Amino acid sequence: MTVAGILRAAAAAALLLAGSAAGPLAHASGPALDAARAGPCVEDPKLMRRSHPDFLKHGRDDTVRKGIRGIRHSLAACVDCHASRADGRVLGSERHFCQGCHDYAAVKVDCFDCHASTARPAATAAAPATGGAR
Amino acid sequence: MNPVDQRRRDFLGKAAVAAGAMIAPGVILYDYAHAKQGAEPVSGKVRWGMLIDTTKCASGCRECVDACNRENGLPGSTRPTDSQWIRKVDLKDLKSGKAVSLPVMCQHCAEPPCVDVCPTGASFKREDGIVLVDRHTCIGCRYCMMACPYKARSFVHEPTTGQKPDVPRGKGCVESCTLCVHKVDRGGTPSCVEACAAAGHGAIVFGDLNDPASEISKRVRAATTTQLRADLRTDNGVRYQGL
Amino acid sequence: MEPTSASSRRAFWALLAAGGALVAVALGAAHYMEVHGHAVTGMNNQVVWGLPHVFAIFLIVAASGALNVASIGSVFGEAAYKPHSPLSVLLTVALLAGGLMVLVLDLGRPERLVVAATHYNFRSIFAWNMILYNGLFAICALYLWALLERRLGGYAKPVGLAAFAWRIILTTGTGSIFGFLVARQAYASGVIAPLFIALSLAWGLAAFHLAQCGLARLAGREPMDAELHARVRRLLAIFVIAALYFVAVHHLTNLYWAKQAAFERFILVTGAPYPALFWGGFVVAGSAVPLVLLLHPGFAGPRATAAASLLVSLGALAFLYVFIIGGQAFPLEIFPGYEVASAFHDGQVDGYAPSLPEFLLGLGGIAAAFVIALAGARALPVLPPDTVAVAAAK
Repeated sequence: MTVAGILRAAAAAALLLAGSAAGPLAHASGPALDAARAGPCVEDPKLMRRSHPDFLKHGRDDTVRKGIRGIRHSLAACVDCHASRADGRVLGSERHFCQGCHDYAAVKVDCFDCHASTARPAATAAAPATGGAR
Repeated sequence: MNPVDQRRRDFLGKAAVAAGAMIAPGVILYDYAHAKQGAEPVSGKVRWGMLIDTTKCASGCRECVDACNRENGLPGSTRPTDSQWIRKVDLKDLKSGKAVSLPVMCQHCAEPPCVDVCPTGASFKREDGIVLVDRHTCIGCRYCMMACPYKARSFVHEPTTGQKPDVPRGKGCVESCTLCVHKVDRGGTPSCVEACAAAGHGAIVFGDLNDPASEISKRVRAATTTQLRADLRTDNGVRYQGL
Repeated sequence: MEPTSASSRRAFWALLAAGGALVAVALGAAHYMEVHGHAVTGMNNQVVWGLPHVFAIFLIVAASGALNVASIGSVFGEAAYKPHSPLSVLLTVALLAGGLMVLVLDLGRPERLVVAATHYNFRSIFAWNMILYNGLFAICALYLWALLERRLGGYAKPVGLAAFAWRIILTTGTGSIFGFLVARQAYASGVIAPLFIALSLAWGLAAFHLAQCGLARLAGREPMDAELHARVRRLLAIFVIAALYFVAVHHLTNLYWAKQAAFERFILVTGAPYPALFWGGFVVAGSAVPLVLLLHPGFAGPRATAAASLLVSLGALAFLYVFIIGGQAFPLEIFPGYEVASAFHDGQVDGYAPSLPEFLLGLGGIAAAFVIALAGARALPVLPPDTVAVAAAK
C-alpha cells in the first residue's frame, strides 16, 4: 500500500467513525436512504450500524442449525421493515437501505446472492402507510 | 492460603451468586416469551419422516413436484443443470412388467453419506432428523452429490433470482429437499404432502417416526414398507409402501 | 539451473512466458465459470465432477509420485539417485500446487476457501486431504532446505522418511475420496487406495523424467548419466506394470460380482467413449507401448524413455477421464430389478461433453506446475552437477 493509500484509508475510517457517532451533522454527509417503516428497530440504531453482521450471523446459525424461528435478529425481518415503500426492496439503487449504506461504506453485501431482497407480502400489507417518522 | 486470597475468593463467590440472581428472572422471562412453536431448538425426541404409498401414487401426476417448485421458488425446468428437489420416477419390473410410480427426494437418512463426506460440515443433520445444507458454509465442492445414493441433491449452476424469503438459494451451492423445514418448524406440513392430499391421492403421510401414536408410525407398523438402498443401512426417514 | 548461452536464456524466458500465459488464460476461464455458474461447463447434476477434476487429480497423484527419486535417495539410501533429490522435491511442490489450483478454482464458491480452512468435518476424507496437502507443502519445504543446505545435510534422511510416509498416506487419502463412496458402482472399493499409490509411482516418475530431461536440455547438459538412466527406465516399467495390476484387480473383482456386471459392460465394452479411452488410451497407448519402449533393448536412449513418460502421462489422463467421468455417467442403481425413467436422468447414461473453459482451467493447472518447476529450477540449485563434467573429471 502506498502512503497516499494509507492516508485515504485513514480519512475514510475517520469519516465512518464520524458518521456513526456525530448524529445529525453526520447525516448530511451520510447516505440518503428511503425511510424505514414505522416503529423502532430491534436494537439501538447505533449498535445496529456497527454490529448487525454479528447479530445476523448468530441468528442464522440458530435458525439453520437449530430450527429456531422468529428470532429477534432475522434477515427477513430486517428486509420487511427496511424495504423501500416504492418497490418493496432493500437493493436496487443508492436510496435503497442495504445497498445505499453498503455502497457508501464500500463493503460488499452478499446476503442477497441467496436471500430474497424483497419484503414478504404480509409485511407490506401490514405496514402502516404513515411510516418513516419514529 | 493468605487472608487476602480468602477475601478475594469470598467476594468472587458472592458476586457470582448476585449475578445469577439478577440474570435468572430474565432467563425465565425469555423462556416464557419464546415458548411457542419454532422458538425452541429442535430436539432429538422427534424424527420426522414420510411414508409414500406407491399404490396411491398416480403415474403422470406431478402435483407434488409442482408444489415443491412453487413453495421453494425453484424454476421447475428440467435441463441437466436445473435443480430438482423432488422428481417423479416411473418403474417397470424387468421380470413381471409391473409398473410403479413414485416420488423420490432426499431420504433424510439417519446415517447420511452426504454429511459424512462434507469437508466443512455444511451438509448436516438436525436433531430431528432433517438433513440440510447450510449454504453459509457450503463451498460448492459437490462431494455430497457424489456420495448421495439417491441422486437427491442438485447444484445451483446459474445465478438465481426470485428467491422465497423462507427459502434462500444461490449459485455455487448444493441444495436438496428440506422437508419444507420452514413450515415444519412452525407446525406445518411439507408442501408435497399437502398437494398430494389436495389432489385426492393422499399417497404421502408426514409425521414423527418416534411417536408411536402418530399416523405414520401406525402405518409403518401395520404395512410392509421398504427403504431405498436398504443394503446401505442409511436408515432413511422416507419409507415406501407397495414397492 | 543457469542457462549457459544467450539462446538458452531466451528459451527459458519464452517458456516461462508461455506457461504464465496459459495460467492467465486458466484464471480467466475460472472467472468466467464463476460469474456465469457451472452451467457454462459440461458438468451437471449427474456428472458433478468433470474435466477440471481429471486434471487436478492427475496432478495431485503425480505430485506424490514425483517424490520417488528423493525417497529412493534419502530413505532407501541409493546414492546414485541423491543428486536428483532436490528436483524431485521441487516437482512435488509444483505439481501439487497446480492440482490444488484447479481443484479450488472449480469450487462453486472458491471465495469461501477460508471457510474450508476454518471448518473441518473430521469424518470427511476431503477435510483430511486438505490437511495432508498442506502438510506435504510444509514437509517438502523442509526437505528441500535440508537437501540444499549442506549444514543441514544430516536432516535429509529423517525429513525424507517423514515425506515418504506422508505422501503414502496422502495418496491413500486421494484414492479414498473415491474408495469411500459407498453408493457408487464405479468406486466403493478399498483397492482404489493402493491402486492410486501404484498410479502415483508411475505418473510421478514419468513427470520427473520429463522435467529432468527438459531442464537439462535447457541448461545444455546431458539428461542424466547412463547408468542411472537405465535404472530409472527399468523402475518406470515396474511401476507401470504395478498400476496395470491394480487396475486389473479392480475390474476383475467387479466382473465377478453379478451386481456390477452392467457397469463393467458399460465402462469396458459398450459405453462410448469410455471403452475406447480405457483400452486405447490407458491400456495400449498409456501402458503397453511405454512398456515396449522401456523394456526393449532397442529403445535404450533417454529420448525413448521421455516418449514413454509422455505416453504414461497421457494414458493417465485417459484413465482418469474414464474413472471419474465414466464412473458418474453410468446411472446410479437405486431400484435394482426395475426399468427406470424420470425427468432427472434416472436410469439414463449422461452425455457429458466438456466445455472450453473447463479444459482451459485444467490445462492451466499443468501450466502452473510447469511455471513453478521452471522458475524454481532457475532460482534454486536443484539440478545435479553437470554429469558430463563429472564424467570427464573421472
